[in-house]
This record gives sequence, structure tokens and C-alpha cells, in this order.
Amino acid sequence: MSTTTAETSSRVDMPVVGMHCAACAVRIEGALGQAPGVSKAAVNFATGRATVEYDPASTAPADLRDVVRGAGYDAVVPPDGHHAGGVSDAEERAREAEYKRTRLKFVVAAVLTVPVAVIGMGGHIIPSLGPLLNFPGRAWVELALATPVLFWAGWEFFTGAWAAARHRAADMNTLVAIGTLSAFAYSVVATLVPDWFTVSASSDHAGHGGSAPVGVYYEVAAVIVTLILLGRLLEARARSRTGGAIRALIGLSPKTARVERDGVEVDVPVSEVRVGDVVRVRPGEKVPVDGTVLDGKSAVDESMLTGEPLPVTKAPGDSVIGATVNTTGSFRLTATKVGADTVLQQIVRLVQEAQGSKAPIQKLADTVSGYFVPAVLCLAVLTFVVWFNLTPPESRLTFALLTFVSVLIIACPCALGLATPTAVMVGTGRGAQAGILIKGGEPLESAGRLTTVVLDKTGTVTEGKPAVTEIVPAGLSEADLLRLAAAAEGQSEHPLARAVIAAAQSRGLVAPQTTAFEAVPGHGLVATVEGRQVLVGNARLLTSRNVAFDAAAVGRTAAAGRTTLLVAVDGAFAGLLAVADPVKPTSKAAVERLHAMGLEVVLLTGDNRGTAETVAREVGIDQVLADVLPDGKAAEVKKLRDAGKVVAMVGDGINDAPALAAADIGIAMGTGTDVAIEAADITLVKGDLSGVASSIELSRATMRTIRQNLFFAFAYNVLGIPVAAGVLYPLTGWLLSPILASAAMALSSVSVVTNALRLGRLELRRGN
Amino acid sequence: MDTAQLAVTGGGVALIGFILWFFFGPRAATAARQTEGGVQEVEVVVQGGYTPDRIEVTQGRPVRLVFHRTESNPCTEQVVFGDFGIAKSLPEGERVAVEFTPDRAGTFVFHCSMNMVRGALVVRPA
Repeated sequence: MSTTTAETSSRVDMPVVGMHCAACAVRIEGALGQAPGVSKAAVNFATGRATVEYDPASTAPADLRDVVRGAGYDAVVPPDGHHAGGVSDAEERAREAEYKRTRLKFVVAAVLTVPVAVIGMGGHIIPSLGPLLNFPGRAWVELALATPVLFWAGWEFFTGAWAAARHRAADMNTLVAIGTLSAFAYSVVATLVPDWFTVSASSDHAGHGGSAPVGVYYEVAAVIVTLILLGRLLEARARSRTGGAIRALIGLSPKTARVERDGVEVDVPVSEVRVGDVVRVRPGEKVPVDGTVLDGKSAVDESMLTGEPLPVTKAPGDSVIGATVNTTGSFRLTATKVGADTVLQQIVRLVQEAQGSKAPIQKLADTVSGYFVPAVLCLAVLTFVVWFNLTPPESRLTFALLTFVSVLIIACPCALGLATPTAVMVGTGRGAQAGILIKGGEPLESAGRLTTVVLDKTGTVTEGKPAVTEIVPAGLSEADLLRLAAAAEGQSEHPLARAVIAAAQSRGLVAPQTTAFEAVPGHGLVATVEGRQVLVGNARLLTSRNVAFDAAAVGRTAAAGRTTLLVAVDGAFAGLLAVADPVKPTSKAAVERLHAMGLEVVLLTGDNRGTAETVAREVGIDQVLADVLPDGKAAEVKKLRDAGKVVAMVGDGINDAPALAAADIGIAMGTGTDVAIEAADITLVKGDLSGVASSIELSRATMRTIRQNLFFAFAYNVLGIPVAAGVLYPLTGWLLSPILASAAMALSSVSVVTNALRLGRLELRRGN
Repeated sequence: MDTAQLAVTGGGVALIGFILWFFFGPRAATAARQTEGGVQEVEVVVQGGYTPDRIEVTQGRPVRLVFHRTESNPCTEQVVFGDFGIAKSLPEGERVAVEFTPDRAGTFVFHCSMNMVRGALVVRPA
């Protein structure tokens, strides 16, 4: 991966192979630093990567690799345009290494903590063990076992807390460090100079010193460290799964392509494919890059990007997307997009950005987190002071100490912090798997509150590809009528013209040459074909030229919701062609789903009311806004919003961009080849209306999860902290031990993440 | 109330006062360096917090904050500038530039994804 950081400097991040010590990293760094054209080189032993800033005019990543090789190691030059994948790989490896380190620490801590816990608490649980465990020097044994647990396995809590303290900040580590250190320090003093505590030890029912003169709490410190390490392990595993969808997307990238070079087919890394290259795709292979089919025919499975379950047939001229899978046929394609421009890379970028974004609902949690740790520290001190003053002198110190530690340990700012981002991450990832790209937390939240869905007609509810559905000749044969009309339309760029030409081609008709052509805006066209004057257009065109026509037939086709093209040859009416834009097969079921979700559905179109109402009837839409000019669509959306509705506008993202931007949520129906639609909050990689319903369902489910998580996280802390502080003790005699507090705290953040992961299993119906 | 209780109570109150001052008391700011291109640049080391954690820049001129995260603690793996709509991942060991032009003056907090580690960007009117 290389990126240009300034006009004259580029940066490359290369995995380095063969390093086994920090000194290797220093050596490679030195070699790279002295290489020509390099302005800055950094080699990280932990991540195994070299990051080099260089002048692209005088050196290149391949040269830098040679420098690394010269130093006795090897480096992998990442393919261009795989920025997202590269960074993600590095992060992934760093996380895996971190996970393994934490796991080792947990295992060692657990092995040492079990005997401390048995010695410390065994006598309480099984009283007959008491005399056996009260052996001389017992406190010293506990000290010896607990010390490595705290200061080796738990060292990161102290370094983390210290690093934060230097910035006058505090986090989880601060709470754990102060809590465990307090219990440990008290115990050490009680072991070394027990005389200081003889008063409190004499009748200390809470302590369990046994033959030791005073109670020690080594097991509290050790168990807390062990359980919180376990919590971190579980959380790290669960969190890494929240990013599973994006990793799966990155993993789709094909590695090689079979490209024609000088008339010979050769396999090359996909990074070396250039726009315009001719690429062969054989049965069962992944399509390596985005392109247009040149020749051959096959069905391609696009489900991994579009969510559409059935393979799509591809013929010459059709576009294919890189990373989709060819089924049984074979074809050649011309590459149109490579590297970072491919649909897959655009999706990956979009989803990564979305997953890093914040949902407004998180604001409260953020505000609370900002004051959380200092507030808990103050509460813990207050708890200590209150119990020290209220408890009888013989037990006040231990009582105050244990409640102080419990308050610090049970508080879990992480659950608050993880509540929203993990749900956004899993929700957007789940969407991407189904071809639904949600731009971030804010769109998710708005989409969850929608009341009204406005659908553009052409290309959204309908196929967007008008086709001739009826031919009514008058005086000419059907073939002649179509042949002459197609010839005349051959010069036109109007979408209706394409329908007429396609109809002629599908019947095997060859359109003759046109010798003169004139477009009449708003009416149609006049052309000269085979020496005859041909008029093709609407009723106004024929009326203006004084050509009589079959008004009844025209009325009939218009009533059926079709656009009618009238044809006259040499001043005489020759027949009419009815053109219709067929409704997509999935539209009706999708509108039913939207209605079932309690949403109001509105059809918005520039077409005339008759056509619009026919389509609306066909799919079950009850509100129609017809005859709206393209620049009036945004105003209609605004009117609905002004009426207090939360509006989603669904359109093609190009012609409808202003209307999409004017809505609370703009949903763009992609064509499968251009997903980076700026105006849209939600992009459907391949558009049909069922994706609209699914994206709203997904947004609602994600918001539900966020609310559950936030409620849990707030409730946990709001209830847990007072219980830990002992507010229930005067009423019920019930006091939370610091050990239970640490178990609760370890589980709370895991619960939040696990709840978010449930979203990944959400059923999203597509293509029904 | 015996002596020990008085001592603990007094000490507790003092400690709470110290905690509040420690976290919320006034802090010194670091001014941004001007590059040749007129960009106001600061390198921010991310380890347990942001160093520096209070940065002064001038309104209306481009700002480049180069974050260098030198720890694996997952808390700091993202930096968020809510007021400017920016959220960036900070992979360990890499330098990640956050670039924008502050169009208004004021004090803007930037923070980790959980808002526990914080810094402030002080934008002085031009």
C-alpha cells in the first residue's frame, strides 16, 4: 500500500519477514534510512512492518524491498490500492499478538491465584479446612504467590494507569490499579508490621488471618487481576468478531488475473492489471477486476456483494464486478476499474468509514464517560470515609477498605463506551454482506425513525428500461412500421428511442439508413428514411402537422399507463407503438413489507398522472405525486418533512441526488458498478425495493440493540456502584465482596459486545 | 469522632478536592508549529493520553495533527473530533494525520472512541 502524503513524498507500509529481535528492526531501519530517496523509515518489531516515506521520483517500493533483502531479510511489497486491506492486516496481527500475550498472562495469573484463593477463602467455605490452611507463615506464602500476579500479569494496569495519570487522565486501568494496589498494600503492611493493626485484628470477623496476626487480602487483589484479565480476553475475542464482516469483504479480493499480454494469456498479480486490459475468466474463477464482458457468456454469482441469491447472466456488453464468482461459463472482459477504484474496494472503504462513525444517541454516554472515572474515584473515597466513621473501631479499617475496593472495581466505563460503537460496527457489517451500505451511525439512527418512504418511479419501482409492449399498425405491416420507426429513432438519444431500436433488433429487423433527421423538442422527430418522410412522436406532433390519427387507440394505451409513440409516413397515420417501463418483479412484495412496517409509501415521478397511478396500483402504493419536474422533487420531499414526517427518498442517486440530499435519509439504488454515491446515506449495491425494506429493518434492529446496550450499561453502573458501596448493608446485611465486583465488571462489557454480535445473525430478505 | 476518624474524614475531603483539581483543573497549551506551506502542524504521541493534550491553533488556517500511537491499549485506537466530524483509526506504531481547517474559534475537545482519553484544540480567532 502506498499513499501520497504530500506533493513530493509517498509512503509505503511493508510487512517485513525474518525479524526475530528488536535489533533486527534497528538494522533494517538503518539500511532503509540510508537508501536513496528515503526521507523517513520506521521499522516496528512488534507489528513486523516497515513504514517508509520516500520520494517517488527517485525510488519505488520494489527498490526498498531490495534494500531490505540486502540487509538479510525480506519484505512484501503490498499491491497498490489495497490500502484498506493492508492496514487491516497489520491491525489484525497486532491484535492477535496482543491477545496471545494477554492469554499467557491470564493463564499464569490463574495458576498462581487458585492457591491464594484456596488459602485465603477455603476456611470460610469449608470450615473443617480452616486449621489445615492456617499454617505458620501462611501470609508470606500468599504474598509470594500474589506478587507476580499483580506485578507481572497485571503490570499493564499499572503502566496504563501511570501513563494516563501523567496526562491527568484516567481510565479502566486507573480503577483496577488503585483497587488492587490498595488491597495489596494493606495486606503487605499487615504481614510486615502486624502490630499496627492488632486492634482491628482482634475481633475482625471479616478478615481471615487465622494464625497470621491480622487479616490479609492478597486473594482479593489476585482474583481481581485474574478475572479482569479473563474479561479482557473474552472482550477481545468478541470485539474481533464485530469486525468479521469487513474482514470477510477484504478477504474476497482476488489475488491473480489471467491477462492477455502480446496475444498470450498470462497469470499476473491482480495489482498489475491495468484499465483496458483484456482478462479471461474461466469457470469457477473469481472475476479479478471490474469490467465489461467482451465475449463469451456465463452466469455470475454476485451474492457476496449484492445479497442477491441467484446468479446473474452476463453477456457481451454487460458489466461485471471484481470479486464476484463466475459459475460454469467462460468469458473475456475489458478491465474498467482496478485497484482502489473497484466496487469491492469502494465498499470496503465506505463500510470502514461507517464503522468508525458515531451515532448521535451515543452523545449522552460520551458525556458521562468523560466524567465517569473521576466521579467513581470520588465516590470510592467517600465510601471509605463514611464506613470508617460508621463502623465500630475494631473492623472499620477493613470494612472501609473492602467497600472502597469494590466501588472502584465494579464501575465499568467500558460497557458504556462499547454500547454504541460495537452495535454500529456489527449492524453496518451485516448490511454490507447483504449489499446494503449504510454510511454511518447517524443515518442508522434516522433510518430507525422513518415514517414515510418516497419512491422515485423510473428505475426504482420499475426496471428503468422502457420496452415496446404493443404495436398497432395502420396501413403498414407491423415489421415495416417498426423498421421505419427504428430507423428514424436511430439518430435520437431519447430513452424511448432505445426501446424502439431494441424491439426492432429483437425481431431481427435491419433498420435502413436515415438521410435527414430533425428532433422537435417536446414533440418527437422528423426523419427521411428510404426517401419517405417519417414522423415519430406524440399526438401534438401529428396534430401540428395536420395528420389525423386513431385517438381511441391512443387513449386506450395511455389509460393502461403506457407511453404512446405515434408514427406517420408521408403524411398518413401509420400506427402506434406502446412503450412501457415494466415494474420490477420484487416491487410489489417490497411495498407490502414497507406497509407492514407501518411506513407510508409515496410514489414520486415526473411522468403524467395516468402512468404514475397505473404503476402505483400495480404495486400497491396509495399516494402519488405525479408531473413533478426533476428540480421539483427536492421541494416535494421538503414539503413532506415540513409536515412533520421523517422521510426517506429512494432514487437512483444521480438524477435524484438533490431529492436524496433533501430527505432525512437518501437511499440510492446502485447499478452494481458505481457504489460511491455521495448524496446517499444508504446505498443498495444492486437495487431492488426489498433492499429498502431490509435496510430499514436493519436500522431498526441496530437501534434497538444500541438502546438495550445503553440501558444495560447505565443500569449496571447505576445499580452496581451503590451496592458495592454497601448501601444495602444497613437494610439487609448484604455486602458485595470485591471478588464478586470484579466478576460482574468483567462480564458487563462482554455482555454488551455479545448483545451487539446478535445483530450479525439478523435475517435480511432480499430478492423476494 | 476520634482522632483517626477526623484524620480519615479530613484526608478524604482533601483527596476528593485533589481528584477534582487533578482531572478538571487548568492546563497549559502547546502552540502548533508552522510549516512552509502555511499548515499548522503538531505531532501528538498517543500513550495513555495525548501528548500534548492541549493544542493552540489559529482559526481559518489548515491544521495537521499527526497522531503517533505507541501503545497497544485498545482504548486509544481511535481518535474523534466530534465538532469537525472526524474519526480516525490509529494503528499502533503508525503516524496518522488528521487534517482540517477550523472555521470557527473556540475550544474543541478531541477524544478516544469512549471519551475517556481527551485533549483539547484551542482555536484562537485569526
